[in-house]
Amino acid sequence: MPILGIMASSTSGASAVGNFDSIASASGTGSSGTITFSSIPTTFTHLQIRGIGRTTATGAADTTLRMRVNGYTSAYPLHRILGNGTAASAYGATTEVYFQDVVDVATNSATSNVMGAFIIDILDYANTNKFKTFRALSGTDNNGGGTIIFGSGLYSQTTAITSITLEANGQNWTTTSNFALYGIK
Amino acid sequence: MAKTYEPIATNTLGSAAASVTFSSIPATYTDLVLVQVSKITTGAGTGTLQINGDTASNYSNTFLTGNGSTATSTRNSSTVIFTGDASNSDLQTSIYNFQNYSNTTTFKTVILRSNVTGSSLSAVVGLYRSTAAITSILISQNASTTFIAGSTFTLYGIKSA
Repeated sequence: MPILGIMASSTSGASAVGNFDSIASASGTGSSGTITFSSIPTTFTHLQIRGIGRTTATGAADTTLRMRVNGYTSAYPLHRILGNGTAASAYGATTEVYFQDVVDVATNSATSNVMGAFIIDILDYANTNKFKTFRALSGTDNNGGGTIIFGSGLYSQTTAITSITLEANGQNWTTTSNFALYGIK
Repeated sequence: MAKTYEPIATNTLGSAAASVTFSSIPATYTDLVLVQVSKITTGAGTGTLQINGDTASNYSNTFLTGNGSTATSTRNSSTVIFTGDASNSDLQTSIYNFQNYSNTTTFKTVILRSNVTGSSLSAVVGLYRSTAAITSILISQNASTTFIAGSTFTLYGIKSA
């Protein structure tokens, strides 16, 4: 039963090997707010980023992860559906200069040891004939507060994606934050 | 090349069962993914998730759901992790993601999406307030009902570089 185009990789047999590959992983340092995956090979069909995140911010218990690809600093059109435990809401923007407000992570104002979790899919990332679509599922629960988000976004360029940065919204990633990039054939 | 995404265990119910448990989960992966395709024997219900056999109030969740006409969000604190609607007439398909499940430093966050064909779509973030590595997962229903025979539950492991 292929799901997201990835479950087929887990079927048994020799063909299963290498269909969902780990490309790179990184952890937060506590003193840097940027994780960069660079020199991404174009040999896969899709990319998936999976991780847990917590920033050094204080104030709200959760915040947004901000993503850029290829160092692109112009607009990333995006949409989200968000639940905060009391109400559901929808949001869209066309001028955000990051893929932001659609991937939720924890902050240092959350209870100790609480992490946000996220999965970002970047579809057909190496195709040079069309723009690239992102989609994400993310959330943070803080036992009494929390956010869950479905998000999508667009990189309005036909250039293959060869680098990705994941930023802690102006703060730093804690040492408990982990990020992993996978390629799907 | 080593496999990055591989099945750990699968359970296809031969008869109706109140719950399904995956135990002795190895700590050798980065994330776990659990895929559930099921129906329940009577009426409607809501799935629940229990980790490591912990029956204390160490669970909470934030829930987002849409039923075709409205979207709502609810929360459960210090109770259980609800995992989505269940039905005796339509299939429930759920994909759970247990991120960094084997680290012993952080609490465990699970994100999942769940659909009941024809009636609802949900996304859930759940928190298990324990730093213990996840070694067992129990899926059940909060109502007095059971999963029907033929329901499938498959656990995968994903290994990062």
